[in-house]
Amino acid sequence: MSNVVETGAEAKAVVPAVVHPLYVRITHWVNAVAILIMVSSGWQIYNASPLYPFTFPSSVTLGGWLAGGLLWHFAAMWVLVVNGFVYLTVGLVSGRLRRRLLPIRPREVMRDFGAALTGRLRHADLTVYNAVQKVAYLGVLLATIAIVISGLALWKPVQLKELAALCGGYEGARHVHFFAMTVIVVFLVIHVVMALLVPRSLRAMIRGR
Amino acid sequence: MRSSHKPPPGVDAKLLVGDAAKLLPNPSRRLFLRGGASVGALAMLTGCDIADGLSAERALRKVSEFNDWVQARLFCPRRLAPTYPETAITRPFPFNAFYPEGAAPDIDEDRYRLIVDGLIQNKLPWNLDQLHALPQETQITRLICVEGWSAVGKWTGVPLKEFLKRIGADLTAKYVHFTCSEGYSSSIDMPAALHPQTQMTLKFDGEILPTKFGFPLRIRIPTKLGFKNPKHVIGLAVLNNYTGGYWEDRGYNWFSGL
Repeated sequence: MSNVVETGAEAKAVVPAVVHPLYVRITHWVNAVAILIMVSSGWQIYNASPLYPFTFPSSVTLGGWLAGGLLWHFAAMWVLVVNGFVYLTVGLVSGRLRRRLLPIRPREVMRDFGAALTGRLRHADLTVYNAVQKVAYLGVLLATIAIVISGLALWKPVQLKELAALCGGYEGARHVHFFAMTVIVVFLVIHVVMALLVPRSLRAMIRGR
Repeated sequence: MRSSHKPPPGVDAKLLVGDAAKLLPNPSRRLFLRGGASVGALAMLTGCDIADGLSAERALRKVSEFNDWVQARLFCPRRLAPTYPETAITRPFPFNAFYPEGAAPDIDEDRYRLIVDGLIQNKLPWNLDQLHALPQETQITRLICVEGWSAVGKWTGVPLKEFLKRIGADLTAKYVHFTCSEGYSSSIDMPAALHPQTQMTLKFDGEILPTKFGFPLRIRIPTKLGFKNPKHVIGLAVLNNYTGGYWEDRGYNWFSGL
């Protein structure tokens, strides 16, 4: 991975710094596809027994009916397991996750959030996340932890009954799973809008710089 | 509709309405995976020919078989499903089947026989008096439906493990298959059959099992999803070959362990 270039100030002047090393770009796009499958098949499963007084239109659900949705959901699950393992392992061992996301200072969050709302938030240097980005990325990581724990609890409420208990039982886990999905989808919408507003960031996630 | 969507012999196709309608695939759609905007979006993203629904379905079923394997390894034979106090019982307990409630089969209790077959020593059929005379156990556990909802109920009956021992079943066989009077069927792995909470249920909530909950005999497995808890059971077979089941053949994961 090109961490040398990423931090080297002199190199930056010559060639644009590597914003995203190759492993991040690959896992990002694998993740993007897998998340879309998980969400659309999850909505299909939800529709079989809606937890809240609404259902998702069939045009945005995957699988055709409950069994199809379940087959997709429990297949894409493995893609996320492998992909997430690679991403977290390399991210933690290389220290990139920590460097990119921490520290988060409340004052900077307030300042950058205000700037974001008034359209004055700059993305001049894509290698440095602003405080709003840090909060958003850390938040979606926490939602991911919640959705994995509640998902395991729903899949195995007997074998992993401690995880189910942590979510307030089987029925509690349904709510946690739905809530975490909502957080991830809201993040995803904002994330895509921001990427389109700052096309350089989209290019960086494809070409690396 | 695919041939496998035909109701099994003995089941009136007209019964496949009502509650089941929301579960069954759209009949106008030959392949249950085809169609839907998100599938098109996926095809664009991945470049895969997902429009070829047959191969996608085949691949997904392979993963489902892998998931059977994973779940069998996750299953702990001594790990018990949570039990609940009487106050936690869901009342009224929901009815759910592939037919509407009024179409549940009427079974004559005097003529009822449980046929036992396969890798067992004693193949004499059982009548209801004989089954009721066996030692009974009661459990208050949560039934979790593949649809997502759950309900706590109280079931009383004979531990399946004790019954299998009594009929001299080969406990090293792979599967136990159940057939039901309305044409339903399901099969389970032997470790699940031998689980201490797996029960041949004769009573629900202290009363003789009502028709809608599977009179006269239901298999209650709190370590499996609800559709693997067959009602109106008339046949039990201990086997080494895979036989699938009514919903399993239509795409639900076979192991479906909790």
